[in-house]
Amino acid sequence: MDARVTGGMDLNWPEPGVCDAVPYGVFNEREVYDREMERIYQGPTWNFLGLAVEVPNAGDYKSTFIGDIPVVMTRDDDGNIYAWENRCAHRGALVIRDSCGSSDGSHTCVYHQWSFNNKGDLIGVPFRRGLGGNGGMPDDFDMKENPVRKIRTEDYKGAVFGTFDWDMEDVDSYLGGDSVVNGHVKRIFNRPVKVLGHARQYIDSNWKFYAENTKDPYHASLLHLFHMTFGLYRSSQTGGVRLSNDWNSVLFSESGTDDEKAMEEIDDAHLRTFQSDYSLEDMSLLAGRAGEWNDNTTLVILSIMPSLVIQQIQNTLAVRQILPKSESEFELVWTFFGYEDDDEELTNIRLKQINLIGPAGMISMEDGESSVICQQAISRSRNARNVLQMGGRTPEDQDHLVTESTIRGFWKKYRELMAY
Amino acid sequence: MDAKTDPSAISHLPDLAWPPAGVSDSVPFGVFTDQATYDLEQERVFRPTWNYLALEAEIPNAGDYKSTFLGDTPVVVTRDTEGEIHAWVNRCAHRGAMVCRENQGNNADGTYTCVYHQWAFDAKGDLIGVPFRRGLGGKGGYPKDFDMKEHGLQKVRVENYHGLIFGTFNEDLVDVEGFLGGEGDVSYHMKRILNRPLKVLGHTRQFVDSNWKIYAENTKDPYHASLLHLFHMTFGLYRSSQVGGVSLGDEWHSVLFASAGEEDESTKKENKENASRTYQEGYTLADMSLLAGRKEYDDGVTLVILSIMPSLVVQQIQNTLAVRQILPKGVDQFELVWTYFGYDDDDAEMDAIREKQVNLIGPAGLISMEDGEACELVQNAIIRDRDARSCIQMSGHDFKDEPHLVTEGPVRSFWNRYRLLMDF
Amino acid sequence: MSYESLLEVTDLINEYVACIDDDDLERWPDFFTEQCIYRVIPRENADAGLPVAVMYCDSRGMLQDRIVALRNANIYAPHFYRHLVSNTRIVGESGDEIKAQTNYAVFQTLLDGETKVYNVGKYEDTIVRVDGKLRFKEKLCIFDTYRIQTLMVTPI
Repeated sequence: MDARVTGGMDLNWPEPGVCDAVPYGVFNEREVYDREMERIYQGPTWNFLGLAVEVPNAGDYKSTFIGDIPVVMTRDDDGNIYAWENRCAHRGALVIRDSCGSSDGSHTCVYHQWSFNNKGDLIGVPFRRGLGGNGGMPDDFDMKENPVRKIRTEDYKGAVFGTFDWDMEDVDSYLGGDSVVNGHVKRIFNRPVKVLGHARQYIDSNWKFYAENTKDPYHASLLHLFHMTFGLYRSSQTGGVRLSNDWNSVLFSESGTDDEKAMEEIDDAHLRTFQSDYSLEDMSLLAGRAGEWNDNTTLVILSIMPSLVIQQIQNTLAVRQILPKSESEFELVWTFFGYEDDDEELTNIRLKQINLIGPAGMISMEDGESSVICQQAISRSRNARNVLQMGGRTPEDQDHLVTESTIRGFWKKYRELMAY
Repeated sequence: MDAKTDPSAISHLPDLAWPPAGVSDSVPFGVFTDQATYDLEQERVFRPTWNYLALEAEIPNAGDYKSTFLGDTPVVVTRDTEGEIHAWVNRCAHRGAMVCRENQGNNADGTYTCVYHQWAFDAKGDLIGVPFRRGLGGKGGYPKDFDMKEHGLQKVRVENYHGLIFGTFNEDLVDVEGFLGGEGDVSYHMKRILNRPLKVLGHTRQFVDSNWKIYAENTKDPYHASLLHLFHMTFGLYRSSQVGGVSLGDEWHSVLFASAGEEDESTKKENKENASRTYQEGYTLADMSLLAGRKEYDDGVTLVILSIMPSLVVQQIQNTLAVRQILPKGVDQFELVWTYFGYDDDDAEMDAIREKQVNLIGPAGLISMEDGEACELVQNAIIRDRDARSCIQMSGHDFKDEPHLVTEGPVRSFWNRYRLLMDF
Repeated sequence: MSYESLLEVTDLINEYVACIDDDDLERWPDFFTEQCIYRVIPRENADAGLPVAVMYCDSRGMLQDRIVALRNANIYAPHFYRHLVSNTRIVGESGDEIKAQTNYAVFQTLLDGETKVYNVGKYEDTIVRVDGKLRFKEKLCIFDTYRIQTLMVTPI
């Protein structure tokens, strides 16, 4: 039977509407993965494709993925960005073979040189009328009927999204319209950005373990021990979580010293030995620039399902694209950026803070690792369930960070989309 | 949960071309290549049986632990502060992360803390600590009805059998002695080798691109020895290991044993003729010290291969003592973990003898390194022969104890039990 | 450059990788000058002229902080490194500075005993003499393997 119909239906799901636990089989079965590619990634979702500044000029292109499907985004002479599946309409070869580049506006498959314009329409077919009267395409061959598969796109304040669902609401509503979540997207994308560079991680884990991680504010002080180790009391314990459309979320925290009692509670919570004998030799690592956004917010983690994380941590700005590669592998592509009008000092601050965040980030390198050790542990735990009860049993906005509320929101929406 | 009552444990039931029920002298090759069969084995062959996990000597002190696998499920064996041995699935009860990350070590305080959110468990696997359980500053935390007792690690039943620690997910299973078949040659030979305290000499690991059952067959097959393994032939060392026999324990465990003692000329001649590859004349060992052993058991038995299904081989070959743990890693991969040991009271010369004889047996063993290779030869050959069958008829169609080594009887016994367990 | 000087440079690089492979990381910052640059840069950024490095330290103190974090703060799979380095090319000499380039491959072994190629790239070193000993004033590790397996905690 077709996995897209049956995959994962027989898992040990809790009652409909209950989202404080999920069976581990959802993380390691091919049938579930195939169903996700069908119902989530090619379903009613907006997937992050890239930053608009990655294709600044007409003819520029970037190849990427929606789920595990190769796609291309290009900018046309009309100034708009288009996207299409990176599969030649002829015999299925990749049309674009490099990760980014510039073109004259035509994209030619190397195999038989079918050629497509920026919008994905077929504009050239060699030997269409044959050679010396022999061969060629039939008379009724219609170029208009053979474009590459097109993807609807929207450039939302400099972040480009794509969807296979042409009936989708627009990105603004998808992010929650006037919601706090969307407010944080607009706060970060408030003016033109510039790309500072990329980093890529390949992680032997199901993509949803990472999705859970990006919606989980309370692991921060438990898994990530950088601040504790160097006796840097982090102020990130005052903040909250907000949801939009159930599964998009923002975790945010504000500067301002925590009160003594709260710090004691955090210390008490630590079962691993609390280290405070160390101090940083070079404090310049933490010397950021305060007040960049004229507010006290120092940490924003936006988790926009299914494929995007947008972050501001101190002065580090980045988008992280989650690319599933199989039921037990995903790639995480980081694009670090600043604003076009950044001065040199601010650029250097952002570059230096990548030491804290990213594949080698001293604060948070553990996130990839936590996903791996989950994948390794659940190999035979198909019907066992995890526990997602921190901060209650329902998805809801909360004014603190000791919660798994946002993870519950993710699973609520996930079950709806997957029809589990 | 028992897979037989839980059809959801696998998504597709395999339909292989098995011979009629009760016939175990051939098996369809698909049993070595079929993913659904592999998944079902974890539920029906590994989890409900006794699986070797560790030597007691690997975790001698309070707080010691070793991480390993039961089938392909990660488990940890621990010794608590009172000296009791426990085992549990290495999967945090919270969000599923590995709790123990090291191969082995000592947790003096007896606490195992998951790195992800620092849930802490004791050596028994009970939950003893949950950060932010009551929230922070009155916010967040767990619901009032959250009960720590309900969120322990999944426990594995353990038994220490003469210094070998076994584990099972089956609470109703007989004890290890009963599992081995009770009084009999298998149990006798286990206790013969495990007759006094052991000391660990070291580990080696092999990763073999083959289904684990091809190796299981190999360990139950005494008659490939003189045909596949040509070390003795090549160096003109007539092996005495052809005098021996096979015995079964609870039908599917087996012991192959052979005694020292000169073979007569006619047997020698037959061996020579049966070895169809060119028989090499003219080589001799330049250094005979490799074979200089010491007689340490009064019975004169020089070779014992105990195949304890589904996960363990215990061997004595000359003075080499080892357990081999079979860890399936996928339908066409397994890992073989060798733990070499001697006895606590061995003298230095005996240590040296055992260390030297690892040259003969093990991943680089001159006598038997071919076993891993033979498994891959089979796996590579059968890739598209799902419904073709092997031929397992040496010395008949049934299985029984036999006073010779020219037999595949123990292999048939394995398949007979395998089909019963798998409900094939 | 004299043969002796070349030997001294290759000796510095061999000692540097041995220090990492032998897990003697507390000594690792000593291979650098007090004011130094250490950058581990994905090749795709280097080729595109983009500045992002996954590790970027501009003082010996920052190198020390990395090691303290590795030992005490960070969570990662236990592993070993093994560097293999090529012969070193001297690409420039001016005044007290030597510029040298060396290809490297880092193999990583996790506790399951499987060894994988973890990171392959090129060192671009600027070397100076301090108190009679050669030290790295700048070390760029430009890595071809720009898709990092899981994370990077141990320096290259």
